[in-house]
Amino acid sequence: MIPSRFKSGADIDGETMTAPRDKFGRPIVVVTGMGIVTSLGAGKADNWKRLTAGESGIRTVTRFPIDSLKTTMAGAVDFVTVEPFSSTSLSQRLAEMATEEALEQAGIGSKGDFPGPMFLAVAPIETEWPQRLEVARAVPKTDFNIIDYLATCSEGGKFTHFHRRFTFGSVALSLAETFGTKGSPISLSTACASGATAIQLGVEAIRRGETDATLCIATDGSVNPEAMIRFSLLSALSTQNDPPQAASKPFSKNRDGFVMAEGAGALVLESYEAAMARGARILGVVAGCGELTDSFHRTRSAPDGKPAIGCVRKTLADAGMEPNQIDHINAHGTSTPENDKMEYLATSAVFGEHTAKIPVSSNKSMVGHTISAAGAVEAIFSLLTLEHQRIPPTINYEVPDPAIPFDVVGNKARDAKVTAVMSNSFGFGGQNASLILTREPA
Amino acid sequence: MAEPKEVWITGIGLLSSLGEGLDAHWEALGAKRVNADETRLAPYVIHPIAPVSFDAQIPKKGDQRQMEMWQRIGTYAAGLALDSAGVKGNQEILARMDMIIAAGGGERDLNVDVAIMNADAQGKLPPALLNEKLMNELRPTLFLAQLSNLLAGNIAIVHGVCGTSRTFMGEEASSIDAARIAVARIGAGQSDIALVGAAHNGDRGDLLMLYAFGNFALKDQHSAIWARRNNPGFAIGSAGAFLVMESREHAEARGAKPYAKLSKVVADLAQRKQPGAVTRSLQAMWPKLGVSGDNGVLITGASGAEPATAEERAFLSEHPGLAVRATGTTFGHTMEAQFPLGLALAALSISRGALYPANDPTGLEVEKAEPPTQIVVLGVGHWQGEGMALVEAVS
Repeated sequence: MIPSRFKSGADIDGETMTAPRDKFGRPIVVVTGMGIVTSLGAGKADNWKRLTAGESGIRTVTRFPIDSLKTTMAGAVDFVTVEPFSSTSLSQRLAEMATEEALEQAGIGSKGDFPGPMFLAVAPIETEWPQRLEVARAVPKTDFNIIDYLATCSEGGKFTHFHRRFTFGSVALSLAETFGTKGSPISLSTACASGATAIQLGVEAIRRGETDATLCIATDGSVNPEAMIRFSLLSALSTQNDPPQAASKPFSKNRDGFVMAEGAGALVLESYEAAMARGARILGVVAGCGELTDSFHRTRSAPDGKPAIGCVRKTLADAGMEPNQIDHINAHGTSTPENDKMEYLATSAVFGEHTAKIPVSSNKSMVGHTISAAGAVEAIFSLLTLEHQRIPPTINYEVPDPAIPFDVVGNKARDAKVTAVMSNSFGFGGQNASLILTREPA
Repeated sequence: MAEPKEVWITGIGLLSSLGEGLDAHWEALGAKRVNADETRLAPYVIHPIAPVSFDAQIPKKGDQRQMEMWQRIGTYAAGLALDSAGVKGNQEILARMDMIIAAGGGERDLNVDVAIMNADAQGKLPPALLNEKLMNELRPTLFLAQLSNLLAGNIAIVHGVCGTSRTFMGEEASSIDAARIAVARIGAGQSDIALVGAAHNGDRGDLLMLYAFGNFALKDQHSAIWARRNNPGFAIGSAGAFLVMESREHAEARGAKPYAKLSKVVADLAQRKQPGAVTRSLQAMWPKLGVSGDNGVLITGASGAEPATAEERAFLSEHPGLAVRATGTTFGHTMEAQFPLGLALAALSISRGALYPANDPTGLEVEKAEPPTQIVVLGVGHWQGEGMALVEAVS
């Protein structure tokens, strides 16, 4: 049976339609396949087991020397190897793994023939240090300048493969070829909100009636020296290196920054009508998406939380839901001093007295901040929370911050009745995006 | 699906190697002016940005300092577009204006990079020392000037465009998709008004690296795009090209005048491993535009890279009645900015009731006397991605 907030199309436009639509007359968007890789492991089963057991995927970095670094730990996915290593190739591999799992679960299309477009959240790409240095060693003189260097870049086609690898569209091109998605694949970056944006673009395309299915992927394999140093120079990273698994402590008074991490999430979205027609198992509903830009500062959120408040309100409005219908928040919860405080402010402004009744948790306490992938990774964890009716913990919650009186699901997973989850992503560059995920509509 | 809403182009912002603003561009195009530099990064040909005082659109020096050149170019051009649409400073509209930016990467500190690469080549850079050098020598704020989504971030901060903010990446195709998604959203009523555009700074040795790997960079001498058969490649260019797009009803309600309407945007990802795939992709997209007649105008962002440009030329040869203009001759290849640049010039030409003169010694581009009412804008990525748009006079 279809819950009351889902109306049939006949109520909307008077035509005879059997497709269930939401209360705004739009096609309902459901999830029929999910795949995930994080520092905790590959696949939903392994991730869910470890996540609900409160295990951490944060380790001291072994991929490269950590000399001179202020932060020496990360949630790197070391059990996946690519040769030769680059963050771009790792991002692509993680995306492939997550997508394979999602497609297998969805059982949609056929191998190499996905019947819809792809939206890919991926970190900005550039030529990386190992490759830069490989070229440098081939320059036929010492004390060279950039023009000498460029001549070697072109020399005899020796480095043509670096163009193929490090164009911004390269990961999407490869994934589109592998999975046979349709049309022009979109690569996007909205910083830490990228994964949520990929889902939002997919939802919008289905609601417009352009397609019955979209493949939304988010991936990040950015644990390399320069990326860590860049975040470190912005004082964004935790420096509590020992022990590494205790570094990420969202909502704790002694939190001091986020922990960089890698991972990927992939979701197959479909119109409810198309999913039902092919007898697909429905894993959940993307009931609402919202986005609002913060123009306060390049890296900091407006201290009054207004843009985040607006983002959460827009998301509720998009879903046609009231604040008291949300019974769990999968927080952005980066463990930076400012973000967590702002997230509480924004949440309490929207949810008022209901705030105290909402269990809140941050997956980043265990998997770290998967940056471009986080929005999708956390949407998948939110859907698993709905499926299992069990909220993963926020680990390292030993010294609660009195300024953040959330009902934090601290240290131990909690069984709870969960019907609607809000998943938040608030990122650099004023990027705020939220999703509301609910259980299957029928 | 209901009939999509009509999408108008109500604002255009242009800053390029030719100068800033619509009048300056119209005058320079009419005079067939080209600003190419064959010496600064010789043997590579580039089109540097024209001198501009950024204060006019980015009043705070502190904001300018937080940006690298590509972001200043983009933020400036975005401001021009908002001015042109008459929405600059209009908080009510800006707070709900959607933004889709196509962006590549930001700029690097070439001095730091070259010093590290030299040290390594001379055997003076054990792996552990790379960290120390980067920790000590990278400017903290440089990261923010490198992040693709920080052009959008700067536009939000400087101009207050705060509805939604999405940054697409992927070279030429990213801006074709930016326009496509904006038109689809406005057409479906998911958005009323959007700022769409891109920025590129061609005066960058670090950026040339990627294109040098593929041997795509034009060397030695500037020439018209259609005259590069024996010396293929693109001269990287500099431009900020932004458009304000809105639904006809939204524009009419606020009394905004259109430059043109953007009737259709289509995009594709041809399987280029097969020869002729680009030609076939363009052939397949053409009928989707709804072009009436075959003697109209086509503005292409053809890069001059091969084999993409030869395959595009094969498609164009099937439409001999078209008056073609290649923006690459005049502006160089501005990568993500090339497609919005084409849209801007198409809308400008329609609003001025004339097509600017050809600039092509090979004769592929022909003059067109009649006022254009339909202009096709074409984009073929140097390596991947193809798309087309139809810009039309508002009836």
